[in-house]
Amino acid sequence: MAAPWRSLRLVAPIGNRSTRGIHQLGGAVDPESSQKKRRTMLQYLSDHFYDVEFLRGYFLQNKMDKVHQKNRFRDKEWIRPDKYGHFSQEFWNFSEVPVEAVDASDCAINYEGLENLHLLKELQSLSLQRCPHMDDWCLSRLYPLADSLQELSLAGCPRISERGLACLHHLQNLRRLDISNLPSVSNPGLTQILVEEMLPNCKVVGVNLAEGLKLGPEEQPQDTDRPIPA
Amino acid sequence: MLPRVLSLGVRRGPLTRRPGTLRGGFSLDWEEKLSEIKKKIQSVLPGTSLHPLYDSSHLPPDHSDVVIVGGGVLGLSVAYWLKKLEKQRGALRVLVVERDLTYSQASSALSLGGIHQQFSLPENIHLSLFSASFLRNINEHLAVVDAPPLDLQFNPLGYLWLASEKDAAAMENNVKVQRQEGAKVCLMSPDQLRNKFPWINTEGVALASYGMEDEGWFDPWCLLQGLRRKVQSMGVLFCQGEVTRESELVKMDNSVEYQPVECALVINAAGAWSAQIAALAGIGKGPPDTLQGTKLPVEPRKRYVYVWHCPQGPGLESPLVADTSGTYFRREGLGSNYLGGRSPTEEEEPDPENLEVDHDFFQDKVWPHLAQRVPAFETLKVQNAWAGYYDYNTFDQNGVVGPHPLVVNMFFATGFSGHGLQQAPGVGRAVAEMILEGRFQTINLDSFLFSRFYLGEKIQEDNII
Repeated sequence: MAAPWRSLRLVAPIGNRSTRGIHQLGGAVDPESSQKKRRTMLQYLSDHFYDVEFLRGYFLQNKMDKVHQKNRFRDKEWIRPDKYGHFSQEFWNFSEVPVEAVDASDCAINYEGLENLHLLKELQSLSLQRCPHMDDWCLSRLYPLADSLQELSLAGCPRISERGLACLHHLQNLRRLDISNLPSVSNPGLTQILVEEMLPNCKVVGVNLAEGLKLGPEEQPQDTDRPIPA
Repeated sequence: MLPRVLSLGVRRGPLTRRPGTLRGGFSLDWEEKLSEIKKKIQSVLPGTSLHPLYDSSHLPPDHSDVVIVGGGVLGLSVAYWLKKLEKQRGALRVLVVERDLTYSQASSALSLGGIHQQFSLPENIHLSLFSASFLRNINEHLAVVDAPPLDLQFNPLGYLWLASEKDAAAMENNVKVQRQEGAKVCLMSPDQLRNKFPWINTEGVALASYGMEDEGWFDPWCLLQGLRRKVQSMGVLFCQGEVTRESELVKMDNSVEYQPVECALVINAAGAWSAQIAALAGIGKGPPDTLQGTKLPVEPRKRYVYVWHCPQGPGLESPLVADTSGTYFRREGLGSNYLGGRSPTEEEEPDPENLEVDHDFFQDKVWPHLAQRVPAFETLKVQNAWAGYYDYNTFDQNGVVGPHPLVVNMFFATGFSGHGLQQAPGVGRAVAEMILEGRFQTINLDSFLFSRFYLGEKIQEDNII
């Protein structure tokens, strides 16, 4: 359904391990049971020794600084190395070509890094799927792309909530918005309806409107072993 | 029975000695002797809080470098920045004294939680921008090991200020200043307003200014608890008590115990009750029209907030709208609930004795303006209401920051008249810099010093709701 893009498509390197950093922020991601034992030992040590707590805080700060380091290219050309760390030489030939689509899925882009996108005046499609540091503040930074942006995908971003989705109302040229799989949105069905009202020309996809609705008595599964019906 | 025993002892004659009179001088006056011994020990070993004979763990320490009076968002912000900017870890001993740890009357907890940069003074704009970037990175600033990250529930939808004909020129000037200082604000004409927000009735509106970024509202309780948690992990001591009497006596809650706390600096962050704390230090006790006689012109003013439900009201994208009449409202959540209110005029000021809500004020003074501006609000149902205090600066409605010129060890961080929450991180940093470096470094708040009350230099802020 998406039109083939004739111009440049910038893709982030796959296998980005920076998402692990969230684990250190204290339980936003589900720890597995084997790591749970290790965490309580660390927790015990942190509670009893100031030095351990300070050391952990120091490592935490380092991780956060790494994210900022990745987002530091502002007011400069946006350059991305490939998985071997080499810059593609052909990239320089395309410096006059306007960028129409950006795929930044699984990327560690944050608020400061989005400043780079403001320069792309003819951006038509933006994909920010599964970006771990995209949150409501970042969405409020997308308004300069209002004139050209037609397709936006925010599927799977763990920190985006309905408050951030509300500030997409600036993007009046948007034709397709993907808001599937957003764990922080409290009421996905209602949010989808309200976003559809807010952007009348846009097709909002991704939410199954039947989820969250209670099944009627005749539709309940016949599993009598479970005390609580599914 | 006892006197008879004593008299018996005396009558027994010179062969028996009174107990403890061996070597002369030791009397039964145990209490007085003990306090004398304690004073001697304390004078020899300064700085100890050793009380070997009774449990004083519930009392604040005897000595502290800085005592912050008031544990609201401003006081905690000052504590945080003091600990963050101190030269060596553990160099400063900071004590925060808060009268009510449930924060039942604190302005920080009862606030609407809005933040905007649409001020007329450049310092206010900078403070607000600094606070916005602090809140954006709050999980880096206030990260505590093993604690869950803070969810401020920030709504980045911006503020929309409406101006009538006579205020349009001033608004244009203000927006120019705001954009110069780096705030992202745009001006809208009535036609553009109608296009963007079809539920607005633009009658009487000549110009509107709309904040695009870094403006919105958040949960102030979350900020307060996040600051408390971080500040406690940095080693700041907390005490629940009230400061009475000049020599820094802290009276413990629900008891008659007093604890004198020796300190080098006192920071007055007591919000609506700052004037009382200032009076304790002798500020304002002197002949009028002198620097000694200038009182701190901060008084509590009661403001109401009402919550109503309106099923056909403005949609999810509505910003915090501040009307030409001073009425303001914003949407709350997904369920068509709205919060709002209006600042009363000088004649209608309610009595700040308690926090009772006057529902007639909504009927008579708020609803007509709401219905006029947004026709959908003609049918609404009030669900809830509460009241809170503004620490209102009667001089020029802007904050007081920095040391007092005469009482040099009292610093102020109060008087923000309704925009204290949104400027708290910036002000906290400014006060910490003033204490540690001796001057303001990040944001220059020289025009917010106390001396302007004596010199009569008003720095008036226009955009106050």
